[in-house]
Amino acid sequence: MRSIFYDDIVLAVTNMCEACCRLTPDAEEALSKACERETSKLCRFALSTLVKNAAVAKEKCVPVCQDTGMAVFFLELGQDVRIEGGYLEDAINEGVRRGYKKFGCRMSVLDPLTRENTFDNTPAIIHTRITCGDKLKISFLPKGFGSENMSRLFMLNPSDGVEGVKASVIEAVKSAGSKPCPPIIVGVGIGGTSETAMLLAKKQLLRDIGSKNPNETLCKLELELKDEINALRIGAQGFGGDVTALDVFVDTFKTHIAALPVAVNIQCNAERKAVVIL
Amino acid sequence: MKRVFSPISNASELKAGDEVLLCGEILTARDAAHKRICELEAENMPVSLEGQTIFYVGPSMKDGKITSAGPTTSMRMDKYTPTVLERGAVALIGKGDRKAEVYDALKKFKGVYFVAVGGAGAIYADCIKKHEIVAYEDLGSEAIFRLEVEDMPLVVAIDGEGSSIFR
Repeated sequence: MRSIFYDDIVLAVTNMCEACCRLTPDAEEALSKACERETSKLCRFALSTLVKNAAVAKEKCVPVCQDTGMAVFFLELGQDVRIEGGYLEDAINEGVRRGYKKFGCRMSVLDPLTRENTFDNTPAIIHTRITCGDKLKISFLPKGFGSENMSRLFMLNPSDGVEGVKASVIEAVKSAGSKPCPPIIVGVGIGGTSETAMLLAKKQLLRDIGSKNPNETLCKLELELKDEINALRIGAQGFGGDVTALDVFVDTFKTHIAALPVAVNIQCNAERKAVVIL
Repeated sequence: MKRVFSPISNASELKAGDEVLLCGEILTARDAAHKRICELEAENMPVSLEGQTIFYVGPSMKDGKITSAGPTTSMRMDKYTPTVLERGAVALIGKGDRKAEVYDALKKFKGVYFVAVGGAGAIYADCIKKHEIVAYEDLGSEAIFRLEVEDMPLVVAIDGEGSSIFR
């Protein structure tokens, strides 16, 4: 057994919250390239503003976007790890509490019914998977809700097939329109049960823009979906232009003979994420 | 780019598609503040909307300073917007298209709807020179702030004649 200490997790998570203040390099590059190839004048205005914004945020160490989201974590906890000094989820939440304050992030978390704010952006959303080994991998995705509100789940019939899957993704992006702050990244989860499909869709957002899917069928599907989404001409901010999606990521999980679940989770233009391995 | 000064007195000169820089005084309000002010009688509102520009934003803050302040999705405010315009507001700032009822109200009250760039919160925070909370401090980032802004980059999205960059 290897020990990982509560205080080290708190410190790591606190520092990871700086991710709210910088676009990932892949997103910065994708926005710059989009700005170069965009033909609509208004979309170019939006894209060039976003490129400048990323530079301002980095320079001043302030949040790229005021919606610093709910703090979503994917943990991969090696089965040979013992957490010492406190409970794992408490450590994550304490890190969020400190980090969101330290980096001037917005406290956006509240009770769904009373609408009373917790004023420290906790609780975080924590998905933990037990894996092999003696490490703890922490992936952080601050998820804004302009895009999160556009999440969709389609429980298709098996006979709908790949065409049905594609139609569902297009329907999700089309109905979202300008609301998720395009240019977007589209995460698609196919198969499993309803909740596995949703989780799979969200997990895709951890991939880097431009990364190639090792599965040939999925790689082709991703490219086809990207082309079809961009043909919708929603454009940056919904202004009507060439670039609607910066990328599309798809993954599958085995499902039931009666089912074809398709989940869509959208990432806005402000792609922020961080990964740490302890 | 053309400069526009808030309170806006020349809304009818602004046309959909115009890129502008907004300067002057504006108020913030988003979901929770809209709900509260629209549930009150007009004479009981905590702040006058007469001639005002309303920015749909919930800023992030650090040590009393605004760190990031971009627009939120306007459509969630649509059901309150006719009331807000009827009570004197002239201009709205948010992101995304609006429902038909907002187009009608903008025509009726000769208002204007601007869009800011969603995701560009750091740039908009930079445009804010002064801020104070004028109502609903308990709402945190959803409180109503009065902001003094300088050269906020915006696009006229829907003008008072109903022309729109979205349709």
